[in-house]
Amino acid sequence: MNDLISAIVVLIVITNFLLLGAGWLRASIRIVALQGFALGLLPLLVNQDGLTVRLAIIATLVITLKGIVFPRLLLRSLRELSSVRAITYYVGPMPSLLIGILVMSSSLWWGYVLPLPDQTGHRFAIPMVFFTIVTGLFLIVARRQALMQIIGYLTLENGIYAVGVFFAQSESMLIEIGILLDVFVGVFIMGIMVFHISREFDNIETGQLRTLRDWIKSRKELPSKDPQA
Amino acid sequence: MRSNLSSMVHFLLALIVAPLLPGIINRTKALMAGRNGQPLLQAYFDIFKLIRKGAVYSRTTSWLFRAGPMVNLATIIVGLLLVPFAGSPALLAFDGDLILLVYALGLARFFIVLAALDTGSSFEGMGASREVTFALMVEPALLVGLFALSRLSQSMSLSGILYTSGVTGWSVGAPALVAGALFVLYLAENSRIPVDDPNTHLELTMIHEVMVLDHSGPDFAFIQYGGALKLWLFGALFIGVASPNITDASIWMREGFAIGGIALLSIAVGVVESSMARLRLLKVPQLLVGAGALSVLAAILVLG
Repeated sequence: MNDLISAIVVLIVITNFLLLGAGWLRASIRIVALQGFALGLLPLLVNQDGLTVRLAIIATLVITLKGIVFPRLLLRSLRELSSVRAITYYVGPMPSLLIGILVMSSSLWWGYVLPLPDQTGHRFAIPMVFFTIVTGLFLIVARRQALMQIIGYLTLENGIYAVGVFFAQSESMLIEIGILLDVFVGVFIMGIMVFHISREFDNIETGQLRTLRDWIKSRKELPSKDPQA
Repeated sequence: MRSNLSSMVHFLLALIVAPLLPGIINRTKALMAGRNGQPLLQAYFDIFKLIRKGAVYSRTTSWLFRAGPMVNLATIIVGLLLVPFAGSPALLAFDGDLILLVYALGLARFFIVLAALDTGSSFEGMGASREVTFALMVEPALLVGLFALSRLSQSMSLSGILYTSGVTGWSVGAPALVAGALFVLYLAENSRIPVDDPNTHLELTMIHEVMVLDHSGPDFAFIQYGGALKLWLFGALFIGVASPNITDASIWMREGFAIGGIALLSIAVGVVESSMARLRLLKVPQLLVGAGALSVLAAILVLG
């Protein structure tokens, strides 16, 4: 059982690296789906009591939402942005990968400093969780497109979910389902927002949103132009 | 430890059979493309033809240009002495030989690069610059991966590291990750397709071929033979990392496994070359850093 857990932990770390090095939006969506799928399997393996109805429901929900529904939603909004394919960067894929290696190494240290309260968890659980969370945050900061920020958000959420899996094994099902609902609504709304941004500005570059400043500037300039105001 | 006899036989086998590997790769590519392709022994024909010819040296070149191919071949043979094959130890095995292996390969590359720069051709300088840029990412990945395995097997010698990981080693996951990294390095070091196209003669895309354009006759034969030996060397490394623990199996099992493994690896390379395009030059460092990330991950898994 422990081998399977470490295989999944390694798989999640590899998906993080793939996300950092990815060059295409479609590929990133697929990778984040794979990560969600792997995460969905985790609670089934980590729990010592074996398979319970509660676990089965949560695993099914997580796999359906993170592995199928979210990627579908994102792929659909990607289809609507027919001209956008490649990821644009503030920090390119090469430095991103190098930063990823550094973060992974330093998160090992976090694993030593913050051990799990009981020894049930896998020894690489905490480093993997930190690496996933930081990857998500990094993707939000270092990629230009709004769609990549949703993917970063999903990665971040995956990391936080993994903390729950290892840390709080007897969490209430109501809370887990509530969080999943929140994430679902979040992704849904962000997808709609990306669609509207792309329709309004012809692209989804977050840097371009700076042009909104022109509106403020023009409002300030208005009184001087218009003597009646 | 096995007798030195089998190590000797393996070394001679590598020297004799290695030029068959480019033949297998080219034959696989030809079959995938629906052609008959060149004979399996084409690399031997090329090498013998080139050795019979005379060499032409430009008046602008110095002794470095003549030394390049010789040092290249000699250092690759030294590397070959260090890599174990089919479960028996290498001919030269001592603590820390994995570092010597990486440095021997580095020296081989260094002299080819010097020879290329010595011609004074800006074209070859471009190839040399690309080669060393990629080497910058290949070498750390190779070293870190080997160190991860060395930690896992508690041995500092390649002969103790390879073919001993076994099932217990695989369950940690580190050898699998290093094997993945090594496959990428195998393609990069032997200038195969996702990194470099061995068939191309277009200046924008060439890396290795452009550096050896000015070599002729026996010098070029040395370079081609060195390339074949390097295919064998990296193949033996990859098979050694990916194989289960076979040190206790019967001799026929071990030999069959290793030789079949190298042949299968060449076929796999042929399939990779037929099914994917060369990566853009800017994307290659990403691939190599990705391989490095796999190695570092393996090291962390072993150390943690």
